[in-house]
Amino acid sequence: MSESGSKIVKVSDWWRGLDHWLVGAFLMLLVGGAVLSFAASPPVAERIGLQPFHFVERHLFFLIPSALVLFATSLLTPRGVRRAAIIILAASLVLMVLTLFIGSEIKGARRWLDFGLMNIQPSEFMKPAFVVVCAFFFAENARRTEIPGNLCALVLLLITVALLVAQPDLGQTMLVAATWGGLFFMAGMPWLWIAVLAAIGLVGAFFAYEVFDHVASRIDRFFTGEGDNYQTDTAREAILNGGWLGQGPGEGTVKRLLPDSHTDFAFAVIAEEFGIITCMILALLFAFIVMRGLSVALAQRDPFVRLSISGLVFVFGLQSIINMAVNLQLLPAKGMTLPFISYGGSSMIAISISAGFVLALTRRRPENRSYTDRLMERTALVHGV
Amino acid sequence: MARPRFLLPDLVARKQQTPATPRRFDRLSAVPGNKSRFVIAIMLFIGVYAVIGARLVTWGTVPNERITAFRAADQIMASRPDLVDRNGQVLATDIKVASLFAEPKKIVDANEASELLLSVLPDLEPKWLYDNLSSDAGFLWLRRELTPSQQQAILDLGVPGIGFRTEKKRFYPGGPTAGFVTGHVNVDNQGIAGMEKYLDDQGYLALQNSGLAIDAEMEPVALSIDLRVQHILRDELAAAMTRYRSIAAGGVVLDVKTGEVIAMTSLPDYDPNDPKQALEKDRMNRTSAGLFEMGSTFKAFTSAMALDSGEANLQSRFDASKPIYIGGHRISDFHGKHRVLTLEEVFIYSSNIGSAKEAEIVGIQGHQDFLTRMGLLTKLPTELPEVATPTQPKEWKQVNSITISYGHGVSTTPLQTAVAAAALVNGGVWIPPTFMPRGEDDAMVLAKQVVSPKTSADMRHLFRLNVEDQRGSGNYAEIDGYGVGGKTGTANKVENGRYSNTKKFNAFLSAFPMDDPRYVVLVFIDEPKPEPGKYYATAGMNAAPTVGNVIRRAAALLKVKPDLGPTGETLLVSY
Repeated sequence: MSESGSKIVKVSDWWRGLDHWLVGAFLMLLVGGAVLSFAASPPVAERIGLQPFHFVERHLFFLIPSALVLFATSLLTPRGVRRAAIIILAASLVLMVLTLFIGSEIKGARRWLDFGLMNIQPSEFMKPAFVVVCAFFFAENARRTEIPGNLCALVLLLITVALLVAQPDLGQTMLVAATWGGLFFMAGMPWLWIAVLAAIGLVGAFFAYEVFDHVASRIDRFFTGEGDNYQTDTAREAILNGGWLGQGPGEGTVKRLLPDSHTDFAFAVIAEEFGIITCMILALLFAFIVMRGLSVALAQRDPFVRLSISGLVFVFGLQSIINMAVNLQLLPAKGMTLPFISYGGSSMIAISISAGFVLALTRRRPENRSYTDRLMERTALVHGV
Repeated sequence: MARPRFLLPDLVARKQQTPATPRRFDRLSAVPGNKSRFVIAIMLFIGVYAVIGARLVTWGTVPNERITAFRAADQIMASRPDLVDRNGQVLATDIKVASLFAEPKKIVDANEASELLLSVLPDLEPKWLYDNLSSDAGFLWLRRELTPSQQQAILDLGVPGIGFRTEKKRFYPGGPTAGFVTGHVNVDNQGIAGMEKYLDDQGYLALQNSGLAIDAEMEPVALSIDLRVQHILRDELAAAMTRYRSIAAGGVVLDVKTGEVIAMTSLPDYDPNDPKQALEKDRMNRTSAGLFEMGSTFKAFTSAMALDSGEANLQSRFDASKPIYIGGHRISDFHGKHRVLTLEEVFIYSSNIGSAKEAEIVGIQGHQDFLTRMGLLTKLPTELPEVATPTQPKEWKQVNSITISYGHGVSTTPLQTAVAAAALVNGGVWIPPTFMPRGEDDAMVLAKQVVSPKTSADMRHLFRLNVEDQRGSGNYAEIDGYGVGGKTGTANKVENGRYSNTKKFNAFLSAFPMDDPRYVVLVFIDEPKPEPGKYYATAGMNAAPTVGNVIRRAAALLKVKPDLGPTGETLLVSY
C-alpha cells in the first residue's frame, strides 16, 4: 500500500494507523461540547426569544455532520489532505469575496453567507485549508527552488488577511497571521527573517489599534479596567460563582447575564455550572492535543506533514488559548470560539475538518516506518544528500 | 566503514524501485534540523496553558463574595428576648417577616423588574429603584419587613435577581401603650430606645454579635410595668388632653416600697411598631426626659425639709401677711390669706410666702443639700436611657432659695419628682426607681434614709389633708376608701425668658392609700385650657381629677383594698 496508489486507505489500516491519543482527545471534546452546550446555550436562546433548547438541538444536530467530516477527512492520505485543502481554500476564498458583496451583515461585520437552511461562515473553513496550503508552500520552499514557496505563502497570507480585514474580522486575521508566523518559524526560517516579520506584525497590530476604534477601545478598557467591561466582568463573576465544583447543571445564575454565553463565553458558563476543576480538565485537554500534535509532528519525516500538523494544532491551541484567556481576563475581549465547545455550525464542521486533517496526517503510514525509509535515512547519513 | 557494505544493495534496489518519484528522495532527505523550534513551540504552549491554569487556581481560591453577604444577613436573624409586663403579658416579641433584596448584577432587565416591583410596592421611588436595579451592585435591600401578601405578590411576579430573607421583626402588641418604656429597635433588630436599648447595653448586643444568640430561644425579660395600669394611665391622660385641650400630658405610677415603675407614659406618644413616629416633634417622653419647673408640688419638699430640720412642726407659724420683695421681685400668694399661716395651712393653701419662710429655716446651703439628698438635682439613676439631667442655678442665692421653695428655678423631670415624693411618704427612704421587677428586700438594700420616719408621717398627714379637707387644693382627687393624698402644682411656664401668665404646667403629685402608702401617682398636664364653663385651669381642676380617675380604675387591679370605714355599709357605687 503506497500513497501514490490511492488517496484513501483501507479502514482497517486506517484504524490501526490512527494516533489513538488524539482520537480520544478529539472525541472527548466533541462529546463534552455537546454536554456542555446544555449549560451554555439555553439562556441565550431564551433571551432572543427561541425555544430554550434551540441552540442545544442545533449543536446536537451538527454533531452528525461533524463526526462524518471528521471520519472522512481522517481517511485521507497526506496528498489527499493537500488536495482537499487546496479545493477548500479556493472555494472559501471565493465565498469570502462573495461575502463582501452578498453576505448578511451581523453586528457590523459581513462574515456569513445565507444558504437558506443555514448560514455559512467561509472564513472558518478557510483556516485549516489555509494552514495546510501554507505548510505545503513552506515545505516546497525548503525542497525545491523552482516554486517560490515562501513568496507564494506570503501572497496567500496577504490575500487572506485582506479579505478578513475587509469583513472586518480582526480576530481571525490575528489568528491566521499568527499561525502563518508559527509555520514560518517551524519551517526553520532564519531568525533574522523571523525578527523582521515579528516587527511587521507589531506594526500591523499598532495599525489596527490606530485604525479600528473598537479595537483601540477594547485594548484601552483591558489595560485601564475602566469603561464597559460588562462581558468580561460578568464572566469573572460567573467563574467565581461556580467555584471549584460549580453550582451544578442548570443552577448557574450569572450565565443568564452573559450575552455570548453560548459562544465566546461558554468557558465561563462551564465554570459556573461545572466548576473550575472541569475548566482545568478542558484546558488540559486542549494543551494535550497541542503537545501531542507537535510531538507527533516532530517525528514525521515529511516536512509538509510535519508543518501541516504543527500549523493545524497551532490554530487549535491559539483559538483555545485566546478564548480562555479572554474569559479569564488575561487578554482584551476578542470574539474567538472555543474549538468543539462553542456553538456555531460552521465553526464545528471546520474544526472537524481540522481535526480530521490532523488525524489523517498523524496516521502512521508505511513510508514513515518502512525498512526502505530507514535505509534512505542511513544512506543520507552516509552519502550526504 | 563497515556499514555501507550492507546498505549499498538496498540503496540500489530503492533507486530502481522508485525511478518515477525522484521527489520523494529529496523530500525525505530534506529533514530540516529544526527540532529546537519544536521544543521552543512546545515550551511556549506549556507556558501559556500554565498561566491559564494558574489563573483558574487563583480565581478558585477567591473567597466567594456571596457567602459573606449571607453571613451578614444571618446576624440580622438573631432573636431578642420577649419583653413582658410584671404579670407576663407580652409587651414586645419577635415575629418572622420576609425582607426583599435585589442582586442588581443578576437582574436581566432592570426596566421590566422595576416596573413589576412597583406594581406591588407602589411607594418605592421609581427612579431610585431603576437606578439601583440597573447598577452592578451585588446586594441591595429593597424593602424590609414585607407583609405576607406583599411577599406572595412579589413571588407571583417571577422577577429574577431578587429574593427574600426571613428576618426577625420586633412586634409590640400593645402599640403605643407602653412605647416609652419598651422603646424600640432599628431595622436590624438592635435596641435604640427604652428598655430595648438597655438590654443591648447590658451585654445582650455583644452576645448577639458574638453569634451566640442566633435563633436561640431566650427567656423573656419581665419589666416592672403592669400593662393594665399602664393602659389606664394612658387612657386617662388621653382623655384629659382632650378635655383640657392641652399640648401634652404625662404621668407615672410608682411603687413607693420597691421603687418599681408600675406605669409611665407621656402623650403625645408613638407606636414602637412604626419607629419613625418617634422622631416627630413633641413625641418625646416628657415624664423622664422632659425638664419642668414643677411649681407648687415642690412645696411638699419644702415642707418636709422644714419639718425634718427639727426647727418646725405641723403647727409652726409662718407670716404670710405681706408679699416678699427681693431683688426687684415681688412674691405673693395666689390664694392669698394675708395672715400668719400654720405649716399645715401653708401646704393646703399653697402659700408661696409661707414656703419661702419655711426654706429660710434651713438656709440656702441646707436647702440645696436637702434637694440633692432627695435626688432632685442630679440625674436620676435608672435603666431607661431617656433621662434628662435636672438644671439648677449655678450659684444659689437667697432669691433662688425662695423661688425654688415653691418650685421655680429648678427644672426636674416628673419621674424624679415622683421618686422623691415616694421617699416623703414611705417612711423616709429614697429608693432608686427601676423598670425591672424588684422585691421590697432588694429595695431596702438600695434605699437611703433621706428624711425621718416622723417627717414622713407628717407629710402623709399633709398630703391627705390637702385632698380630704374642703380647704385643700386637691379635693377633686378624692376617691372614697382609697385615702388619696396629694399636692397640686400650677406653674407658669417660661416663655421667651419671662414667666407667662397664660401658659401653665400643671401637676398633681399624689400617693395612696395615705395610712400606708403603696403607690405614688404623678400626673402632669402641659398648657391646659379651662374646661368649658369653668374659669380656671389650675392643677386642682385638671391634674387632680385625672389622678383621681387613674386611682379609681387602677387601685383594685393593684390590689389596694378600699377602706370604707368600720360600718361596713353596702357600697352603692360601683367603680
